[in-house]
Amino acid sequence: MVHNRPWLTLVTHAILILGILILVFPIYVTFVASTRTVASILASPMPLWPGMEMVDNYLAALAGPSKSVGVSVGHMMLNSLIMALGIALGKIAISLTAAYAFVYFRFRFRTFFFWMIFVTLMLPVEVRIVPTVEVAAKLGLLDTHLGLILPLIASATATFLLRQFFMTLPNELCEAARVDGAGPYRFFIDILVPMSRTMIAALFVILFIYGWNQYLWPLLITTKESSYTMLIGIKRMLDVGEGQIEWNLVMASTILAIIPPVFVVVIMQKQFVKGLTETEK
Amino acid sequence: MEQQRVVFSNKVLPYVLIAPQVLITLVFFFWPASQALFQSVLTEDAFGLSRTFAGLYNFTSLFKDDVYLNSLGTTAFFSIAVAFSSITVALLLAVMAHRVTRGGTIYKTLLIWPYAVANMVAGVLWFFLFNNTAGIIAYFLRVMQYDWNHALNTGQAMFLVVFASSWRQISYNFIFFLAGLHSIPPSLIEAAAIDGASPFRRFWTIVFPLLSPTSFFLIVMNVVYSFFDTFGVIHAITGGGPDYATNILVFKVYHDGFLGLDIGSSAAQSVILMSIVVVLTIVQFRYIERKVHY
Repeated sequence: MVHNRPWLTLVTHAILILGILILVFPIYVTFVASTRTVASILASPMPLWPGMEMVDNYLAALAGPSKSVGVSVGHMMLNSLIMALGIALGKIAISLTAAYAFVYFRFRFRTFFFWMIFVTLMLPVEVRIVPTVEVAAKLGLLDTHLGLILPLIASATATFLLRQFFMTLPNELCEAARVDGAGPYRFFIDILVPMSRTMIAALFVILFIYGWNQYLWPLLITTKESSYTMLIGIKRMLDVGEGQIEWNLVMASTILAIIPPVFVVVIMQKQFVKGLTETEK
Repeated sequence: MEQQRVVFSNKVLPYVLIAPQVLITLVFFFWPASQALFQSVLTEDAFGLSRTFAGLYNFTSLFKDDVYLNSLGTTAFFSIAVAFSSITVALLLAVMAHRVTRGGTIYKTLLIWPYAVANMVAGVLWFFLFNNTAGIIAYFLRVMQYDWNHALNTGQAMFLVVFASSWRQISYNFIFFLAGLHSIPPSLIEAAAIDGASPFRRFWTIVFPLLSPTSFFLIVMNVVYSFFDTFGVIHAITGGGPDYATNILVFKVYHDGFLGLDIGSSAAQSVILMSIVVVLTIVQFRYIERKVHY
């Protein structure tokens, strides 16, 4: 930094590498287990290098069904993907239009609606799970993709963020568009949405991860195996009671559940950090 | 609100634009939240046939219930333990990563990605490592003559859920600390160095105080995280046990509402949880409004 202190630099790298090892270690062991047979996982200790069963395990998991869950991991991954994309795109869509209305229109009860939406910032879905399940059941949303998606987009984080962003745009933008004869539709589609694209990308990364990693809500709303998401399926594979857990398939499924969100974060790291630090502040 | 903004003068369009969000908020937020409030003052007979108004009975009986009081204490301990351990480790790593000039980006990427791993998956990973029949860590503990069984030992169960919950949260805190460190002007650090302050002294007297808004924000966020988002970890590893040792509030709401089917009590617990979140949110907003300036 200011002085060059070789010993301090050494300690710095050592601590960072140690930190990374602690973070990576469980994933590495899980990966190793996903390439071995159950017998070799239970060998006590399991060897810490990859085995030969990788292709077999992943194909068996993807094609399914396993002993404990009647549908394949491929099917459950599709459910998770629909849920994650539905939450991300749905929330972005309703937030864009709502934020647009709040910033660029004056209408009756504007403040009332504003507070109505923003009060949801306070309460996560976890605190009202029981009645929310009742509502979903009354609306016939159990075991449907819509039931997985809709209750989780009832939150104002994205709306709040987009509203803040729209308010930083110069007035001249809208004025110029109106002088050129653009109506509210044209302005929204041709100017506002393209200008917000970095913000939308950042929101997408955060919401995709949020959606893919949902656990409590899918646990409550899915009763049929065909509507299980990835994480619910993994839990069911672990709950075998007296039987032997199919560790090789569980571990392969765990790796498959980790890959999509980690892939998104690594590929879109800049948008991810931006999204995280701006949505929560 | 802001003034003098150029606006469109359309009478119907704004309502159409906010309609989807208002509708979803009404159906999936206000309806269930009011149901929770309503159910919390009712009691239901064992067959769910009749409901009677019970006033604050559900609340008062909760505070006489040893299991609930234990759950409150467990949640407090659990959230403080998770917040403390993940924040200190993240701060250390962020300060180190900020120091590094060569290879910084690689370190950052490698430290950030665990955020994308679901809590429930983090639970499964550590459950596997500490599992008595298959776990590699449990095996080494046995070799070292240490008796590990988180299914029976309450302290070990708590340790494991704290560990698994903090593991993923380190990345989250790391990102915020790194952003905080970037916003400290290097000239301050240089001035202190010219005055002869050692790196440790510079950290404690300049960097650490300047990070205090970030630290405070993270304390609130981590407490909220361990209150709610850790459900997956608990459900995957311990199921609230052994002997209620990891029975945190959210898990108890879930357990009483869906397995115990005590709707009134579960609703009262939801209402108490809601109040805790509201208080935490207010604390956070108030604090953020007047950030500490030096």
